[in-house]
Amino acid sequence: MRYIEPHGHMVSRTTDDYIKMATAGCACVSEPAFWAGFDRSSVDGFHDYFCQLTDYEPKRAAKFGLAHYSWLCINPKESEDVTLASEVIGIIPKFIDRPNVLGIGEIGLNKNSRNELKVLEMHVDLAARTNELILVHTPHLEDKLKGTRLILDVLKADSRIKPERCIIDHVEEHTVQMVLDRGHWAGMTLYPESKCTGARACDILDNYGHERLWMNSACDWGVSVPLAVPYAALEMRKRGWTAEQIDGVIYGNPIRFMSQSPKFKL
Amino acid sequence: MTRQQVLDLYFMENRAKLIDLAAFLDRVDRAGGEADFRLDAFKQAMRELGDGEPGRAQKVLLSLSDPTTEPIAKAPGKGAVGAWPGKS
Repeated sequence: MRYIEPHGHMVSRTTDDYIKMATAGCACVSEPAFWAGFDRSSVDGFHDYFCQLTDYEPKRAAKFGLAHYSWLCINPKESEDVTLASEVIGIIPKFIDRPNVLGIGEIGLNKNSRNELKVLEMHVDLAARTNELILVHTPHLEDKLKGTRLILDVLKADSRIKPERCIIDHVEEHTVQMVLDRGHWAGMTLYPESKCTGARACDILDNYGHERLWMNSACDWGVSVPLAVPYAALEMRKRGWTAEQIDGVIYGNPIRFMSQSPKFKL
Repeated sequence: MTRQQVLDLYFMENRAKLIDLAAFLDRVDRAGGEADFRLDAFKQAMRELGDGEPGRAQKVLLSLSDPTTEPIAKAPGKGAVGAWPGKS
């Protein structure tokens, strides 16, 4: 079995996790910029984080035979401070041409506030001006439905954005249809306590098709499982999926989406 | 998969989850003090399981979601609690 982890916050994980993922067949990880669990106090903190994502972490992943790609942004959890967000978005162009950067992400909304929406629009504008792919975080739990609708409206309102170049992540049963209907890709995040389980992800694939969906572990410093994607592959196998069908979802689909960036090579 | 295959694969796992759910509600009943809006939201969402119609997962998620459409003035914090309190 081979697979791609298209959404993993590897800076939060140990080398043991890299070993387990590589052993399970992981060929590549893609790492969106994330909240650190605390608010960074200045743009300098983001500068250092972007250096970590684009310089240090690819070298660490390479020690375990894994290609490493990244996405840059200020995460929605830190978007209430529009002044700081503007400063952070201002330094992203310095990093955007680095060889492992695939696009802008994970942008989106957290609590669906006006400032978060403003910062989302600034990120979308940056992606449009630089012709970058977009990876979107949708809010948690009770905020997901409303946030997903608001995000889709922002993307639709910018005529420069091509829907097929945006992946809307963390979809569940109540949001997947609206995302696919707008022509975007949809990501399913496999978490033990929230978002999606492997079984539900398989149900969603059964109900909505395999064409524009990927699965990820979104492993970070919280409750998460770095091997969630291969575990979901076992779920597919138990249901009688063929090896080709499984490979198409966990390996082929991330490649099809990320290959829209000329930097993505595997 | 046939229904028989689905039951073979998932019955025991979901039997355990069902008992866990029942035990959770018993635990809430035994505890002292007042519950907050989450318990009512939880019980409301459970009603979606019993109507015999497909799309139950979607209906449960919708039941627990904020149905409003306008952005809020300011983020009150960063976390989510899993149910909508009934006001933004």
